[in-house]
Amino acid sequence: MPVRSKLWSILLGVVLSVALVTTGCGGQGKTETQGASKEASKEKVIKIGFIAPLTGDVKTFGESAQKGFDLALEQAGFKAGDYKIEPVKADDRNDATEAVNVATKLVTQDGVKAIVGSLTSLTTIPISKFANDNKVVVITGTATSPKVTVDEGKRKEYVFRACFIDPTQGTVAAKFALEQLKLKTAAILYDQGNDYTIGLANNFKEAFTAGGGQVLAMEAYAKNDTDFSAVLTNIAKKNPDILYLPDYYQKVSLIGKQARDKGIKAVFIGGDGWDSSDLDYKTMEGGYFTNHYSAQDPRPEVQKWVEQYKAKYNQEPDAFATLTYDATNLLLNAIKTANSDDPTRIKEALQNTRDFSIVSGEKVSFDQDGNPIKPVTILKIEGGKQKFVAAIK
Amino acid sequence: MEHFLEQVLNGLQLGLMYALIALGYTMVYGVVQLINFAHGDVFMVGAFLGYFGFAVWGLPLPVAILTAMVTCALLGVIIERVAYRPLRYAPKIAALISAIGVSLFLEYFSSLKFVFGPNYRVVPRPFPEVHWEIAGLSVTNIQVIVFVVVLLMLILLQLLIYRTKTGMAMRTVAVDHNAARLMGVNVDTTISITFAIGSAFAALGGVLYAIAYPQIHPFMGIMPGLKAFTAAVLGGIGIIPGAVLGALIMGQIETLTSAYISSQLRDAIAFAILILVLLFRPTGLLGRTETEKV
Repeated sequence: MPVRSKLWSILLGVVLSVALVTTGCGGQGKTETQGASKEASKEKVIKIGFIAPLTGDVKTFGESAQKGFDLALEQAGFKAGDYKIEPVKADDRNDATEAVNVATKLVTQDGVKAIVGSLTSLTTIPISKFANDNKVVVITGTATSPKVTVDEGKRKEYVFRACFIDPTQGTVAAKFALEQLKLKTAAILYDQGNDYTIGLANNFKEAFTAGGGQVLAMEAYAKNDTDFSAVLTNIAKKNPDILYLPDYYQKVSLIGKQARDKGIKAVFIGGDGWDSSDLDYKTMEGGYFTNHYSAQDPRPEVQKWVEQYKAKYNQEPDAFATLTYDATNLLLNAIKTANSDDPTRIKEALQNTRDFSIVSGEKVSFDQDGNPIKPVTILKIEGGKQKFVAAIK
Repeated sequence: MEHFLEQVLNGLQLGLMYALIALGYTMVYGVVQLINFAHGDVFMVGAFLGYFGFAVWGLPLPVAILTAMVTCALLGVIIERVAYRPLRYAPKIAALISAIGVSLFLEYFSSLKFVFGPNYRVVPRPFPEVHWEIAGLSVTNIQVIVFVVVLLMLILLQLLIYRTKTGMAMRTVAVDHNAARLMGVNVDTTISITFAIGSAFAALGGVLYAIAYPQIHPFMGIMPGLKAFTAAVLGGIGIIPGAVLGALIMGQIETLTSAYISSQLRDAIAFAILILVLLFRPTGLLGRTETEKV
């Protein structure tokens, strides 16, 4: 019986994939004819998908990103080259399974040629794999894990991002702590089920040790944990200078509070996941985090963007809004350069981007892994606000 | 040694938290023989109501807690009336599935924007935190409050069940519904009261949990609910002191595992011990081996 059911499932798989391939081809044929008939009526349309967590544990990220995406399209007049842009939005709830579901819907049902999103590495890794297999361009604003654009040493050719990657963030944080803050010992706490925090933690550890610092403790927890007292009691005993917390705002707020309760005096340092108005600023006071951009950066591009965003939404843009805005602009520029709705040509145009200025960096181009080359910003939590400290290459 | 005692204290706090939830779980099971999977979600609703009470509506803390308890008691009664009573004489599995349905409904309904919303919320401390140094150990007022509340709950429940008429009715219903009815016990009312008390305690636990671990969201009840259920089974489900014992053991295992073995193995070891205990004592630590009724 088991052998037979296995046979059946193989057969079913074959039938399904044949069906998928044929319908896939059919879909493509259809869009071509559509494109041809549209050309007669002068207006050519390209659909762009947008995926972000609009609900769930990091929904403030998604809301900001959506504002950045909307503003970029609005400023471009919903046009790139000869093409009219038609956005299709989807919510992944920061859930890896849901992310693939919505990406499948965007690609197979809506027929998008490119996707802006998603925001966290957790969801963007599966999305980028799916889209790359289906030859659809993906550009994420904020997913920082190296695995987003590279899968087991092999580049996902259709995938790009507008942010630096985790190694850079962890390395810069370690360098900053050693050289500028002159701190020598650290403890690290990270989520063992999340590629983002694992990546930051490992790279921080590596760079910190290589620079002459000492990592006294490296402890893992699970996503749903709320009690960290055992681990924090151990850490309190070792009395480190730094507590490195590379997780998202809600988790670091909770850990930070319990760490102070346990009498840990260490400086909190973290990554871009801290960037939220929902961070517990009172608890995290005096902490530093690496980020993609600061609204206080005096560069004219930054100040202009902040002004435009404030005029529309009456608040300061955070990194999620900014990077998604940058990602959308990089994509629009590529569509314009390629002047085509063929994802392969858009992808080539993106890869060949040269000296394109975006808000989070000047004269950006992509390296061979689809990562932009630009500096990292360091921010401090001071007086319940974020304060610009430095931008480090 | 001091360090070890401090870890034991951490484990005690965690264990007492589980006990807060496990008490309601086990009481409902003891009377109705139903594993009320929605218990963890009533706990979540309680945490949210408490938070709204003292942090948003500006009620004094005791009033906020009382509001949460009363509302959740009502919620418990409604859940029982709608989802369990119609299935009381159906096979056990039907009520269990219904309970899982109620649990998921509460989680996703609470996630809706016009209810509690899907976001994580930071809960401000309703009173300043005080640290005491006792023999090198740091004890907080929150730990003391939780300890006192669990103790009071335990005593109250024992008094209720063994010293009052309602308690006697509960014990009668627990033994046999039909015989109880023949003896003049109003079975429906008794079960409603059981659910009301269990849910009120869940709400109290929720508010205290939110104060100790100051962050709430609609899915916060799942893990503590599961752990508390495990604790109740470990101690012997249906036995009130067993729930507290099981919860304290769970808290110690988890804390000591992450302190001295590995924080990654915590849940694995905690649940492995549960399996071992059940293999050798299927009725739990305080459970009596019952002879099957024929």
